[in-house]
Amino acid sequence: MTTALQRWLHSDVGYSFRTSPTAMVAALIAFICIFSSVFAGWVSPTDPFDLAKLELSDARLPPAWLEGGVGKYLLGTDDQGRDILSALIYGARISLVVGVASVILSVLVGVSLGLLAGFRGGWLDTLLMRLCDVMLSFPPILVALLISGVGRALFPNAHEGLAFGVLIVSISLTGWVQYARTVRGTTLVERHKEYVQAARVTGVAPLRIMVRHVLPNVLGPVLVLATIQVATAIITEATLSFLGVGVPPTSPSLGTLIRVGNDYLFSGEWWITIFPGLMLVLIALSVNLLGDWLRDALNPRLR
Amino acid sequence: MRHLTLRRSLTALAVLSAVTTLSAQAATLKVANQGDALSMDPHSLNETLQISVTSNVYEPLVTRGKDYKLTGGLATSWKQSAPTVWRFNLRKGVTFHDGKPFTADDVIFSYERAGGDGSDMKSYVGQIKEIKKIDDHTLDFVTKAPFPILPELFTGWMIMSKKWCEENQATAPVDRRKGIENAASFRANGTGPYRVRERQPGVRTSFVRNGNYWGKVDGNVDEVIFTPIGNDSTRIAALLSGEVDVMDPIPVQDVERVKANANLKVMQAPELRVIFLGMDQKRDELLFSNVKGKNPFKDVRVRKAFYQAIDIETIKSRVMRGASAPIAQMYPPQVRGFAPDLTQRLPYDVEAAKKLLTEAGYPNGFEVKMNCPNDRYVNDAEICQAVAANLAKVGVKINLEAETKGTYFPKILRRDTSFYMLGWTASTVDAHNVLYPIFSTPGDGGRGQFNLGAYSNAKVDELTNAVGSETDDKKRNAMIREAAKIHMDDVGHIPLHQQALLWGMKKNVDLVQWPDNIMHWKYISVK
Repeated sequence: MTTALQRWLHSDVGYSFRTSPTAMVAALIAFICIFSSVFAGWVSPTDPFDLAKLELSDARLPPAWLEGGVGKYLLGTDDQGRDILSALIYGARISLVVGVASVILSVLVGVSLGLLAGFRGGWLDTLLMRLCDVMLSFPPILVALLISGVGRALFPNAHEGLAFGVLIVSISLTGWVQYARTVRGTTLVERHKEYVQAARVTGVAPLRIMVRHVLPNVLGPVLVLATIQVATAIITEATLSFLGVGVPPTSPSLGTLIRVGNDYLFSGEWWITIFPGLMLVLIALSVNLLGDWLRDALNPRLR
Repeated sequence: MRHLTLRRSLTALAVLSAVTTLSAQAATLKVANQGDALSMDPHSLNETLQISVTSNVYEPLVTRGKDYKLTGGLATSWKQSAPTVWRFNLRKGVTFHDGKPFTADDVIFSYERAGGDGSDMKSYVGQIKEIKKIDDHTLDFVTKAPFPILPELFTGWMIMSKKWCEENQATAPVDRRKGIENAASFRANGTGPYRVRERQPGVRTSFVRNGNYWGKVDGNVDEVIFTPIGNDSTRIAALLSGEVDVMDPIPVQDVERVKANANLKVMQAPELRVIFLGMDQKRDELLFSNVKGKNPFKDVRVRKAFYQAIDIETIKSRVMRGASAPIAQMYPPQVRGFAPDLTQRLPYDVEAAKKLLTEAGYPNGFEVKMNCPNDRYVNDAEICQAVAANLAKVGVKINLEAETKGTYFPKILRRDTSFYMLGWTASTVDAHNVLYPIFSTPGDGGRGQFNLGAYSNAKVDELTNAVGSETDDKKRNAMIREAAKIHMDDVGHIPLHQQALLWGMKKNVDLVQWPDNIMHWKYISVK
């Protein structure tokens, strides 16, 4: 383990990581966010999704250091008496799972279809790109409503599990198009380059050329796009939850917390929305910074 | 978004300047609401907001004046010529917005439309057996049984033009349950003081004054721009920034802030609407529950346990910030027939609720889905969450599904629910308007049309019929009280509270606030 780590630190990427303070800070923040949401059960002071433990009479208490605050609730409570700190940790877990899973799914679908379209060209390219056009004309919310309708008709009694599936599938269903488009474009450029020609002449199978030779060279923009998409997916999830398609209000995600808290901004209960908002900014920023760094570190032209 | 707001304010500005050059007195009124009227069809949905908007375009035979007392609408006078026969004289010289004259045929057509398939207004015409046309402006209504409050009931269904509906293939109402739309969803042709100019569902709808209106218009509003703004803080920001003149409702958390603003005022009054929870008591197995083979809500002990598990006072203080009145009956004290001695709610008692559940055979509770709107009533989703937390304390696991009213209402009106929230305004201000649609076993003529859990008690049905035809006030009130008492003991529904009307407006706006939350633009003046 230690040797693997050491070897990594001495590699090119590792070197670039060691010399980039931004990357290290971003990695630390991302690590803390991911760690606390994975181990939410141990880290968080209370279980905010356990309705039996909520005390409505504790609703809308300010953070502990303000007048009226209670030590038990470090960052205050929301409109239902949920501890904001715990809700943050658990909410970040939902947001991260939905955000990351839907991005992974759309990257997988988008990159393989884009690669195929760009590399093969011809009728397959035309077909896939027209499909992209069709998908682009559907807003994710509409697709989500459709999928959720179908899902609910098929499994009338499934609840939260279904909500997760619906969210992830519907966000990825509209998300993959951007990857496909980007990858297709770069593949079109790459496939005429000498190294691809060389590989072809030496008799390497097309699939292998695509995966081993072209793919690494088109991944740069995908990584950048993916890191940005994580944040977008988290926000789409919040919108969908409001429409009743996503996670139920009794287990709010980060996005739901922000949206609900928004209603209390004018009345002075700022902590309900500000802390989840900060958390979202931290997650999105650290993931974006890491993506930025990774793009530079992996870019052979910058070496 | 910014672009949209800019464009919107530019149009508003352009319109405003155009109007001000025409006349110094006339004003444009910008109204914002939490949601949009789901359609312009006056028979398609019996929901306050939709009625509020369409009431400015369409009119019923009988209406209420500025003082909320009954007065002639499209009928000038009426008389009970026999116990079951009412003669209505129609107003002469009234024209629809398209210029066609209003006659008795339009009334007969509207009666059939309001009572037909897809209509949400069946309960307002369900008492009528037949209509006899005497001449073009005189009609005899024959009721199934003596029905003394027929004029009150006639405030509830609006008159449409027969010709116009036929020409536009809109002879049947827009059925929200089946997702059917027709011309009447987007356009309108009424006799009211305002006509629809342009409708963009969910975005904005504009109205202009009907220059040929038969009645007097007290206000000076020539043009109304109605904009739904779903987000509470955006809506309040629109009022604070002066982008809208009137908005409804003010989120309870922002009342103080609006009151503190020198340019704004708040009009607060108890609303007739009562918020309650309903339970499916008909199916042998609930659609959405982990209890199989039986329906727990058929057991009165379970319903009572749910009732007693709800901490309504904390919901009042925390969720509603005091702007609600917990209630024991299904209609508020302003409604005729309210029994002043039946005001005790079943006490909030977690232990008693647990005990009842154990007796009913659910010592560890059970799981059930709850349906709830999140943009219809004041803090609706928040109330449902609080109820879910309350019920968790007695072991009942609620799977809460909160959604926007556009999908919520069609779903629960199809009775596709096990446990739901609804608000009801007795729009005739008479208890019969609760007994008939909410307490009665669902049946023909709008009976039990909003009794979505199909609560059923033969004695209540019998009393409801008797209340309908009883003319003696004292006897009638006694019967209403008895029905209310039975419903209460049966826990047919769980009443929560009477919510407060909270309208916010600029100081220079002068208007009349009716307790049923209907906004009549003809009474509004902008100084």
